[in-house]
Amino acid sequence: MLLKTKISASLLALAFALPATASEIWVSNEKDDTLSVIDIDTLEVVRTIEVGERPRGITFNSDHTRLYICASDSDAVQVMDPETGEILHDLPSGEDPEQFVLHPDDRHLWIANEDDAVTTVVDVETRKVVAQINVGIEPEGMAVSPDGKTVITTSETTNMAHWIDTGTHKIYANTLVDARPRHAEFVKEGTELWVSSEIGGTITVFDTADQSETGKIHFEIQGVHPDLIQPVGFELTPDHKTAFVALGPANHVAVVNTETLEVEAYILVGRRVWHMAFSPDHSQLFTTNGVSGDVTVIDVASRKPVKTIKVGRFPWGAAVRP
Amino acid sequence: MMTRTWCVIGLMAFVSAMPASVRAEEIDISIGYLRLETPSRPVLSGLDPIPPARGIEGAELALKDNQTTGGFLGHHYTMDVVSVPPEGDVTAAAQAMLAGHDLVLLDMDDEALLQVADLPVAQAALVFNVSEKTPALRSADCRANLFHTVPELGMEADALMQVLMGKRWTKLALIEGPSAEDAALAQSYRDAAWKFGLKIVSEASWTFDTDLRRAAAREVPLFTQDFKAHDVVLVADAHDDFARYIEHNTWEPRPVAGAVGLVAEAWAPVVEQWGAAQLQSRFEDLTQRDMTAEDYAAWAAVRVIGEAVTRTGSAEPDVLRDYILSDGFELAAFQGRPLSFRTWNGQMRQPIPVVNAHAQVASAPPDGFEHARNPLDTLGLDQMESDCHAFEN
Repeated sequence: MLLKTKISASLLALAFALPATASEIWVSNEKDDTLSVIDIDTLEVVRTIEVGERPRGITFNSDHTRLYICASDSDAVQVMDPETGEILHDLPSGEDPEQFVLHPDDRHLWIANEDDAVTTVVDVETRKVVAQINVGIEPEGMAVSPDGKTVITTSETTNMAHWIDTGTHKIYANTLVDARPRHAEFVKEGTELWVSSEIGGTITVFDTADQSETGKIHFEIQGVHPDLIQPVGFELTPDHKTAFVALGPANHVAVVNTETLEVEAYILVGRRVWHMAFSPDHSQLFTTNGVSGDVTVIDVASRKPVKTIKVGRFPWGAAVRP
Repeated sequence: MMTRTWCVIGLMAFVSAMPASVRAEEIDISIGYLRLETPSRPVLSGLDPIPPARGIEGAELALKDNQTTGGFLGHHYTMDVVSVPPEGDVTAAAQAMLAGHDLVLLDMDDEALLQVADLPVAQAALVFNVSEKTPALRSADCRANLFHTVPELGMEADALMQVLMGKRWTKLALIEGPSAEDAALAQSYRDAAWKFGLKIVSEASWTFDTDLRRAAAREVPLFTQDFKAHDVVLVADAHDDFARYIEHNTWEPRPVAGAVGLVAEAWAPVVEQWGAAQLQSRFEDLTQRDMTAEDYAAWAAVRVIGEAVTRTGSAEPDVLRDYILSDGFELAAFQGRPLSFRTWNGQMRQPIPVVNAHAQVASAPPDGFEHARNPLDTLGLDQMESDCHAFEN
């Protein structure tokens, strides 16, 4: 009797513990105005949540108690409680927010306003716009240095990375990159900046100390015309030795050695692959495939696709919730 | 001595730091836009009036794009627009324009284009054809200083045929309008059909002088009744005159293509992929109207200039010309592929949207149309087909 009670008590505990411990990948569906939540254990969509119009960039705060959503056509950044899926409030974001980055202070969102050629800085506590910085035409890629001192905005039609001092909100350098830059990341403890160029078909590597170009990554897939190899989003392993690069309509993810800048493998995924997120233990990578409307799960160790998960229409952004 | 050494070291440090950020050499780039207005033609319907600043406003949007980019580089872009009335002296206007501008967009017919391109003052300039689709300008009548951002007729006709072929709609009935431009368009359809193995099974000339707005339902079924078995009715109507009354009035229930229905053109308001929605909305904000193919050609020409100036740090026509024709040149232009120029005739390589009134149906070339150099060269005059020799050295 005693034994039986004990068992059911521990079962109960387990049942309660499960939803809280199961890690999730959150995906924004640009043309469905929803988010799909994928359970990493079962690799199934467990929740679909309605949000504002044309959700694209999504990111969690540092303790994953808040999700920020760029609702581009609602001209707002929405703040969600990921536990309940409830939208708590909107942040003023400027027009047409596409992509953003949360400063390491966990308080300032830096937002690219695609239609307006500005970068907007919003204080998520006071919910006020702190600054707007004029950048090039169609800003999109956003990155913040690990020390929080520099934010990068890339502009798609101006073809530049704009280096912004987070203290003064002033641009202190502009560097040209190849055509249509889409995504930027600081690499190797902030010593390098990488910028992908969709139409140029390259990733440009900069030395952050003097903003000089130090390298360029090229891609080549047999049977795919170079014009269709269009790098967009990319993510790095925690040791920053390997980068995974989404190649858009080439329908592949490239695996790049960050020392040699050579491609080591190409992984076939869904159609028009855009962005991606790792599982918390970095053993799996989830890619959003815009045209095919699904997410490919890649086994990081073997560099093989292991599963395709149907989500909403035009999945765009991805973020992990441990 | 000591001081001097320090000075040198300081300078060297400065010089090596230069490429780090973008150079800030101040450059002024003054672009000209010269238009010879076309006399307005009577057409059956007034539903789609031609916007008075068609083309010009496309160039204005690109100018703004260039100005924003230039603002970070110390490059100052300006544009002067001169529009000559139909009976005006375009040569005199061109002389004046070229005296102050060596990068000029030309929005005019082929005869006027060649007059301007052949002016002595134009020889050191770079001029861009943004309106004339005549294939001869990309072949025997090409000029070394003349680039084309507007596609030639054959590029659009090839695009349409590729898409029809992909659907296995290969038997075509062709209706040809009465004007010389209609004849040229019909010929481009015949050539493209032959190139891709489609068959024009019947042809008919449009000769009606009735008011089709009222009579189409009665006249068009009879007019199309004698066509041999066909998949598609193709309409060659270069002036947007009668084609709109053909669709849904044919004897057989067939899709209509060409001037109406399924249309191949360089740009249309329904193009929205590849970030195109952003270009459309910026254009609409500027002009309160839809962006046309003519606006796109002018936009592209000014963006080509901007891209070449940005990358070369020069506004010298010969420097820009070399760069535009080099492998390094590529323009991101919301079509999903980089645009570049054909080195044999100065024509801009571009995908061609194939659209209907409500959506983009395809982007030509569709998958499966391959080419040794670039799939985009399956559209229009390929190197072997062009009689242009002005670009050979």
